[in-house]
Amino acid sequence: MKFLLRRVGFYLFTAWAAITLNFFIPRMLPGDPVQSLINKYQGRLSTDAINSLRVLFGLNTHTSLWQDYLSYWGNLFHGDFGISFTYFPTPVADVIAQSLPWTLMLVGISTIVGFVLGTLAGVGLGWRRGTWMDGLLPVANFFSAIPYFWLGLIAIAIFGVAIPLFPASGGYDGGLEPSFSWDFIGSALYHAALPALTIVISSVAGWILSMRNMMVTVSSEDYVTVAQAKGLPERRVMFGYAARNAVLPSISGFALSLGFIVGGTLVTEMVFSYPGIGYVLFQAIGSKDYPLMQGVFLIITLSVLVANMAADFVYAFLDPRTRQEG
Amino acid sequence: MTLASPTIRPVASASERTPVLQIRNLSVDYGYDDNAVHALQNVSLTLHAGEVLGLAGESGSGKSTLAYAATRLLPPPGVITGGEVLFTSSRDGHGGDLLRMSDAQLRAQRWRDTAIVFQGAMNSLNPVYTIGKQLIDGITAHSPRGQKEAAKRRAMELLDMVGIPKDRLSSYPHQLSGGMRQRVMIAMALALEPEVVIMDEPTTALDVVMQRQIVEQIMSLKNELGFSVIFITHDVSLLLELADRIAIMYGGNIVEDASAREVYREPRHPYTAGLLHSFPPLHGPRRELRGIPGSPPDLMHLPTGCNFHPRCPFAFDACTTIDPVLGPTRFEAEEPHRSVACLLHDPAAAPGPVPVELGVRPPGVSPLS
Repeated sequence: MKFLLRRVGFYLFTAWAAITLNFFIPRMLPGDPVQSLINKYQGRLSTDAINSLRVLFGLNTHTSLWQDYLSYWGNLFHGDFGISFTYFPTPVADVIAQSLPWTLMLVGISTIVGFVLGTLAGVGLGWRRGTWMDGLLPVANFFSAIPYFWLGLIAIAIFGVAIPLFPASGGYDGGLEPSFSWDFIGSALYHAALPALTIVISSVAGWILSMRNMMVTVSSEDYVTVAQAKGLPERRVMFGYAARNAVLPSISGFALSLGFIVGGTLVTEMVFSYPGIGYVLFQAIGSKDYPLMQGVFLIITLSVLVANMAADFVYAFLDPRTRQEG
Repeated sequence: MTLASPTIRPVASASERTPVLQIRNLSVDYGYDDNAVHALQNVSLTLHAGEVLGLAGESGSGKSTLAYAATRLLPPPGVITGGEVLFTSSRDGHGGDLLRMSDAQLRAQRWRDTAIVFQGAMNSLNPVYTIGKQLIDGITAHSPRGQKEAAKRRAMELLDMVGIPKDRLSSYPHQLSGGMRQRVMIAMALALEPEVVIMDEPTTALDVVMQRQIVEQIMSLKNELGFSVIFITHDVSLLLELADRIAIMYGGNIVEDASAREVYREPRHPYTAGLLHSFPPLHGPRRELRGIPGSPPDLMHLPTGCNFHPRCPFAFDACTTIDPVLGPTRFEAEEPHRSVACLLHDPAAAPGPVPVELGVRPPGVSPLS
């Protein structure tokens, strides 16, 4: 219990630091949103319009940094991240709320599938090291070495264009309205298939390699030999003794990758023009949409923190040795 | 650990000794090609019911390899290249060749007939399971389904037997001291009342006080439960005290096999004699500690002939060409149960009588003329 409280305290502090940094960094950047809007409209804004924009963005009042900081926190608790320039005048919170589920579904599920498949394959390969199955390792290595954007483009070129099995871009059929109808869900799954496949292929190899190597290391531990000597069924030795210990390092890696689901999918969503949060971030950067960037960064930071916290707790649950020291 | 003087146990007469584990011509290589290291070469050894057989030798002499090979637990690249390991139950006569059993047969046989206590007490327990779980899973793997409660009671009984409080069942290995962990391993080995327990340096990682306690515990449990023990150690003095019979290994061969008293009083092999001169006796006349000059053989490049001849003070010409096999001593008539692998004991090859150091006679027997 003490361990849990200490970890929660640590993560609250980290979250505070991250949110505070998120407040200060954009304020240290040169220029302001009005300036970027002026740039966006290439000087076709009248002086009156510029002034009214300044009022709209609250740039006419000169408040102190400290007051800004306090109202920033107040707005955060109300879920108010400001207004996006790119999708003007949609609030940032709405933009994120619309795009986040797409990313979570696509990348979340394919990351989990990649982890589970890769880890299971790694267990098998590590357990039967020295057999023909070792021949699969170079293949896994090959796929983990391919740059993701290239893999994505090749997948589109082959399965989207040359043999049009799958749609090459988008999250759903343009003729449908997002809803919980079968038509829409079917179309969403159909559009997600190719990007999901490329994510699984590019991530699975890393899990295979790390799990296989840990299996080989753990298999030579004395307690595995003891388990064999006890005459336990092979499955029990393989999963209960070898894999159970070998998976521990992978768990931390998996938690980190869960944290990067939200942020690390920029490339996937760019390549496949997928309406997720990575695509939104890409657009925000392209149009210097600071409120949107700030909002997306905040979500990414928080999700990394939450994933890390989850990993800590899962780790403590899986490895009794970490429970004591905290 | 140095002993006072060896407690002499009467050697059971040949007629009442029933073999439980017979290792015959066991050969083990490390590596698969022509460069393989021959870690064991035609090793034969018999363990009788109720006996404590000590297996001693320097590091790299093949003691542990013998234990792992005989139980088919040899990790790759270890390969058993020949031989057989016959287990015969002294209770109901079941058994067979361990090296030729199917995986399922072997799994059923393991732990029930032969159990092992490994040298690394620290690493022999799975760090993520409680010791209770690890005791119980060994028991349930060999008993009919749905015996969980009985297995748990048995696990408590076992902990009690080795002097660990029963509530420690829910402790994790890292919460126990090294000595307690080794006791848990001993309790685990005895869970199914096996007939043969192989102890691979069970006390090496422990301090001397704990070593003494563990050894005494093993011996009292042995007297209580009546299992046979193969006790592997480099500590010859410990073996002199607790073993009935001692086999001395050198460079992948057994060079001498005799009762503990005979090994101590009347060594027949130059290597055994050298080992005995490597530690001081607490009683009796002071004698010079000589040790054995040179170092153990490189198993990749074994010397021709006898493996020990480069370090042997008694070596003669034939030693460099003829590899001696384990056979009777020159005093076969009086000690038919002993064997030694040394050309000095081969009347056909030896240049003269056995040197005085290797020909010590038991008291009351006239010296050989």
